[in-house]
Amino acid sequence: MFACIVVLAVCALSLSANWLAPSGYAKQFRDAPSSPPSRQHWLGTDDIGRDRFARVLYGTRISLLLAPAAALVSTALAALVGGLAGYLGGIWLRIARGFTDLFLSLPWLFLLITVRALMPLNVSPLVSVLITFLILGLLGWAASARVLSTSADALRNSDFVLQARASGLHGSRLFLIHVLPNLKPVLYAQFWISIPVFILSEANLGILGLGVAEPLPSWGSLLRELEGMISFREEPWRLVPLVLLIVVMTSFQLLLSNEELTA
Amino acid sequence: MTGRRNFQRTVQQLLLSSLIVSFALLSFAASAFGQNGGELRFCLRSEPKTFDPLLVDDDSSLSIRYLTGGVLARVNRHTQELEPELAESWKISKDGKQITFKLRQGVKFSDGTPFSAEDVAFTMQRLMDPALHTSTGDAFRSANGTVSSKVLAPDQILITFPASIAGLDRLFDQVAIMSSHSPKKEAAVLGPFMVAEYKAGSTLLLRRNPFYWKKDPAGRQLPYLDSIRLDIQANRDVEMLRFKRGELDLINVIDSDYYDKLAATSAGVAHDAGASLDSDFMWFNQVATAPIPEYKRAWFRSTNFRLAISEAINRDDLSRIVFNGHAQPAVGPVSPANKFWFNGKLKAEPYRPDAALQKLQADGFHLQNGALFDKGGNAVEFSIVTNASSKPRERMAVMVQEDLSKLGIKVNVVTLDFPSLIERISEKFNYEAAMLGFRNVDLDPNGQMNIWLSSAKQHAWNPQQKTPETAWEAEIDRLMRAQASAADPKKRKESFDRIQEIVAEQAPFIYLVNVNALSAVSTSVAGANPGILSPQTFWNAERLTLNPNTRASR
Repeated sequence: MFACIVVLAVCALSLSANWLAPSGYAKQFRDAPSSPPSRQHWLGTDDIGRDRFARVLYGTRISLLLAPAAALVSTALAALVGGLAGYLGGIWLRIARGFTDLFLSLPWLFLLITVRALMPLNVSPLVSVLITFLILGLLGWAASARVLSTSADALRNSDFVLQARASGLHGSRLFLIHVLPNLKPVLYAQFWISIPVFILSEANLGILGLGVAEPLPSWGSLLRELEGMISFREEPWRLVPLVLLIVVMTSFQLLLSNEELTA
Repeated sequence: MTGRRNFQRTVQQLLLSSLIVSFALLSFAASAFGQNGGELRFCLRSEPKTFDPLLVDDDSSLSIRYLTGGVLARVNRHTQELEPELAESWKISKDGKQITFKLRQGVKFSDGTPFSAEDVAFTMQRLMDPALHTSTGDAFRSANGTVSSKVLAPDQILITFPASIAGLDRLFDQVAIMSSHSPKKEAAVLGPFMVAEYKAGSTLLLRRNPFYWKKDPAGRQLPYLDSIRLDIQANRDVEMLRFKRGELDLINVIDSDYYDKLAATSAGVAHDAGASLDSDFMWFNQVATAPIPEYKRAWFRSTNFRLAISEAINRDDLSRIVFNGHAQPAVGPVSPANKFWFNGKLKAEPYRPDAALQKLQADGFHLQNGALFDKGGNAVEFSIVTNASSKPRERMAVMVQEDLSKLGIKVNVVTLDFPSLIERISEKFNYEAAMLGFRNVDLDPNGQMNIWLSSAKQHAWNPQQKTPETAWEAEIDRLMRAQASAADPKKRKESFDRIQEIVAEQAPFIYLVNVNALSAVSTSVAGANPGILSPQTFWNAERLTLNPNTRASR
């Protein structure tokens, strides 16, 4: 319950960024770069004078809204590949597992960097952020597909599916009526697991400078500010994005545990 | 009895006084002329690729070559003047094709074998071996033909080149002389230190060369230090932490963030030597076959467009904000720190957004609802690619983005990993504008030949042209060749001054800042005088000393 409140509160805060931080995430206050917290800038300003509070709110919005979207894409793909392969069984299952194993063995980070480098250059920051998360979604389905194929395979040989088959139910109707609804708990779990994974993946790309395009903020680009920080006591307010990431990730994990227990 | 006691007391006082005076004199002598002993410690940021001084091509190997190699003449990193080292004197022929060196006598390699003109001949022969491709050797290749060395006497050698070479004597700053006789080959050195121990990926230990020829004014043999320990450490945060803990004595190059933190916490440790030779700049893709829209190519090829962009960038803000004031607005291809070659008539482009807009309007651009459009009705929008690993460059790109938005220009900043970036800008030409830096280690403009010749691969905005596509590029080609073939430094300077003026008039590169040479030297090190030329902090390593407390602890 507490975790749910935290996630909702953070979401609400990020959605109200336009009102809470009217200066926006891109405006450069060039007379006050790297300034400490003040009445005008609650969390101070970053290296080039942008309001850190505004950037945290907008960055949270981007990371929190687009990570579930990417998780949705990856879970849908996983359901399609893993679910269908498990349901069909036989050679389809072996091919799908081989393919997912191959996909899982790919060096993720290098794959992301390569795909990111192949993207068109002249896209707006908003399009770039959508592309980044779409890439994450399209590349992140394999682990979930592996789990789903195993679950679907187990369902295929279960008594109720055999009984439905004996009653004359076949093909897509059998899949949609009996198999897919029983895969729901696994799908939910995979969806929730994927969200923090994608947030962290974007953060990793951001730390490498390959995440969301400037001037749009994301948790990744905000965490990059911590590069070169050799003492926590110097400017503790710079740690806010890190603290927020930890709090939200912990909340997601707690929510996930509940979800798994319920499932 | 009292008289005897008084006498004893007087003698004791005299003895004590003389002891104090002697100690003070010794201390004074030690501080004035350096102290022997101790181990200096600092980091190399990557594994040295070679210990062969003629094959050196990376920063770490360069540092090792500087500390171990003996050269005929050395550019003083402080005065930028060429000074005699193993050669007492030299003479260049009028046609610039020959150089005769008079060598120092009585010099020995670190293994005790004597140094003579034969070693110089051996080194030159090996350096110019066509099978051995080295950047050091390439600098001497002005034309086809062989380089010959003639030993005139054990202490005299004549080297003949097939064509004249501009700034010939200064090139010998990079040529570490190798022994022709020693069985140890590259391990036998003439520099102040020699490689004693190497643990790959971890540490390199250099020990004092017992046969080093140089002495201090008091006649004491240099170097003062016993050894130098070089830890291989790529992580700059770890390097800084170790420096703050006192485990390292110096950091050759630090960035402005670290500089300010150090300066705030430890007085007299952070050093700002002023503008370095390095520059950061941006340019537009003008390649005829580049996969970019034709109307954008027309913008990028317009001098007015490039000059307008240059005028719309606030360089003072870049220096002040991105580098915390530890950078200077750049003037052109030569930093003002390059005392001889900088064209003093030129000034950094001031921030003039109004004048920039007027230039754009003269080219048919117009503002509409805050956005800039060209005469064909195309919105002015382009991307700037830069390397993801450089935080300052990324910040600069974002500030340029904001500056240009005031003219109604939309800029998309794209950070790429370095290999992808290089592939785009030098092979596929699939980019619109790029922002990069030029790390200049050579004072002489000949080192920039591969950038300015229109046929060169590094002619970034439009490389490898069969014939110069513009009149001003043809003029730069002519002037570059003229300065490279002239023996008279004044004539060379005139040619290169004009090149700098053409670059300012045409803005093929839009120069942004010259970053200051920032370094950190522990207070335990005496004699350091950080400069702008590499190696910034240890260019006078043979005269560096450690204070007695530090020495005792090591």
